[in-house]
Amino acid sequence: MAETGHALSSAPGGARSRPMQAFRWLLYSDYLVLALTLVYVAALWLFVPEILSPTNVWNIFLQILPLFIAALGLMMVLMVAQIDLSATSSMAMGCVVGASIMTSQDGYLAGQPWASAVAILAIVAIGMLIGVLNGFCTIVFDMPSFLVTLTTMMFFSGAAIWYTAAHTSSGSSIGSLPPAFLEIGYGGVAGIPYAAIITVVLAIVVHLLLTRTVFGRWVMAVGLNPNAAAISGVPVRAVVIGCFALSGLFAALAAIIYTARLEAGTPILGQRILLDVIGAAVIGGVSLFGGKGTVIGVLFGVLFLSAVDNGLQLLGLSLSSVYAIKGGVILLAAVTDAIRHTLRARG
Amino acid sequence: MSDLLLKVSGLNKSFFGVQVLRDVGFELPFGAVLGLIGENGSGKSTTMNILGGVLTRDSGRVELAGDEVAPANSREALALGIAFIHQELSLFPNLSVEENIFLDHFPKRMNRLPFIDRRTLRERAKNALELVDLHASPVTPVMRLPQGERQLVEIAKALTRQARLIIFDEPTTSLTARETERLFEIISRLRAQGISIIYISHILGDVLRLCDNIVVLRDGRVVGAGLRADFSIERLVTLMVGRTIDRLFPERVAGSRQHSTALSVRGVSQPGIVKDVSFDLRLGEVLGVSGLMGSGRSELARILFGLDPYSEGEIRVGEVTLPPLAPRVAMDSGLAFLTEDRRGEGLMMEASITDNIVLPSLVERSSGFVHWLKPSALGEAARGVAERVRVNAKAIDRIVVRTLSGGNQQKVVIAKWLLRAPTIFILDEPTRGIDVGAKYEVYKIINQMVAAGAAILFISSEIEELIGMADRIMVMGRGEVRGFFERADFDREALMKSALWD
Repeated sequence: MAETGHALSSAPGGARSRPMQAFRWLLYSDYLVLALTLVYVAALWLFVPEILSPTNVWNIFLQILPLFIAALGLMMVLMVAQIDLSATSSMAMGCVVGASIMTSQDGYLAGQPWASAVAILAIVAIGMLIGVLNGFCTIVFDMPSFLVTLTTMMFFSGAAIWYTAAHTSSGSSIGSLPPAFLEIGYGGVAGIPYAAIITVVLAIVVHLLLTRTVFGRWVMAVGLNPNAAAISGVPVRAVVIGCFALSGLFAALAAIIYTARLEAGTPILGQRILLDVIGAAVIGGVSLFGGKGTVIGVLFGVLFLSAVDNGLQLLGLSLSSVYAIKGGVILLAAVTDAIRHTLRARG
Repeated sequence: MSDLLLKVSGLNKSFFGVQVLRDVGFELPFGAVLGLIGENGSGKSTTMNILGGVLTRDSGRVELAGDEVAPANSREALALGIAFIHQELSLFPNLSVEENIFLDHFPKRMNRLPFIDRRTLRERAKNALELVDLHASPVTPVMRLPQGERQLVEIAKALTRQARLIIFDEPTTSLTARETERLFEIISRLRAQGISIIYISHILGDVLRLCDNIVVLRDGRVVGAGLRADFSIERLVTLMVGRTIDRLFPERVAGSRQHSTALSVRGVSQPGIVKDVSFDLRLGEVLGVSGLMGSGRSELARILFGLDPYSEGEIRVGEVTLPPLAPRVAMDSGLAFLTEDRRGEGLMMEASITDNIVLPSLVERSSGFVHWLKPSALGEAARGVAERVRVNAKAIDRIVVRTLSGGNQQKVVIAKWLLRAPTIFILDEPTRGIDVGAKYEVYKIINQMVAAGAAILFISSEIEELIGMADRIMVMGRGEVRGFFERADFDREALMKSALWD
């Protein structure tokens, strides 16, 4: 088929019809998701004008921030054609351990001025360690990351519940966090929340990492063809483990924002958002087959999913129907990715 | 009824306004072998895909035994008796031989019930395997068979469907010399049974040996057709390329070989793979490596480059001893490695030409603690080497490697290593699956590198190529070095004998 492939690529698009061309452009474009979001919001605005009220828009904005961070981490893992299902349980584990350190009720460092800082470091360390553990098992034992992270997800969500029960009398959450830590959730500079600043900085860092550094190119190479990457001197194993560590790190950073907002460390943190994190990345055009993904795409994915979620709730739909619809939307995005993949393979 | 099985006339086909077949026509008698040759992009595959029902024609006539046919898909083509054996075999490695043969027409119990009649299946599979002379159990999973035997399974499959015409697309690329011999025998036998064959290949010697008639395509047109006796290799090449090539191999400035050793290999062994391999590769030298598939040539290359382990021996570049499994150390010592599997290991098919070319050089071309890259500088560097090897594409930062022809893809692989200016270049089958014109350019690049003082380890299954290009040839067999031949002693027969000797 090499010959026809050549002919296809050198052919001018003249013979292809205009709507078909537009369709193909949209199919491959990052902006498809943004366009869909706008259409969706506009359509919903006719029925529930509240969707564009300043309070609601501000709520969506605040909701997006930590989800975006976690989705960026997951993107790194998807880029090397792996998956991380444990992202949300490492959030839960990190947040209860962090809370147990800094809580004023029998916390390990209760009342100490640097308790918040140590807690934050602990959350980050737990996230990265779980990430490295995932990467290590995937690479060294050559196990499918789906299985590895499914089991670490189960282990750490269980461990988080056990840990919470061991540290509180109520057993459900660890509250009374120091005000300095809670500031991360609600405080800000000149009206801009800290969470927003953190998110924007991280997004820019990831964007530069992917497009402007050797590591970013290596990630792409490993995702596209690990064999060719290895022969070209790319340390494939280290890159994959690094991506898992980044996924854990970003989950931890998201967990810090969530915990500060909830004013408590709870083992069920993130239980419901695993689907959103993976869904946002996939809707945002990160390929499940590896090697393809952009920060802006993931942003659009998060935006879309949050708008869908919010809109359906405003319409008064039950939580279960919102879930079903979101599942359908994410499936559609995954199918689109698969179609793109086969279309490309065919030329 | 005439004695023609197949008559093709006035075949035209275009893709998106580009005409790839123009008025193609040829004839094929019953029980004859037709060789179809041409460079990549000349329209061979398109023609065969039309016959096999994969593509539809724009205009033209295809007559099979006097009846006009137009198969809409490969199933219809098969029902008409046209079987297409692709370069990449379409067998299921995890299924058994018999299951593969009868996959789409399992014998059923009482002809109707949805249960497979295992006994009939086994019997018919045995008969089919006998026809192709394959002595394997029908229940063996296909993945346990060597490449050559898998091909025989594919042929057996075609025979059970009462094929009248079997099309082979580059059938010998992954076969050993012995397997190729066996395939040729089977083809002769099929011919004797009245089955017609279309044989597509880049290996012109095989075509001349095997085929009764030959058709040469160039730019979608038939530029030569006739009996085998009318052609010689020189004439075939001239027809394919459209100009006279006086030589198959470019002139080489003699005496570039220096006395200093570039790569020194001493007693390298890995159980079951290679045994006690020792040789010196000098600067300015092309050392050819010959041997059958499975002789340890490619395995040795992978060990040298640090991709596979070795348990004993020493590999030295100058003062540096290369540890096992450290491709980065090998690269930093000036080694480069072009793999025999261009698609699987050489390229990121979905990435641009530029991204492919710069991949091995990223670290050296980055700055600072975070290994910062400047995309514009990378693009500039890539353009430089792409021009040097004459990659035939304009926007190299946008064109995806998958869309390039085989020859151009190979040039991209060469370019990505040239950017590192290697002193030792291991080339494993650098001209496999690329057309005559591109081959000549690859040879020229090799000669330029040697003239500049680089050392080349040139692994190839084509003995003519080694005889044309190498200063010395090392013959391998069963993981061992069988001997060395100096340029003055190059002799096809002796080299073959040395490789085959057990």
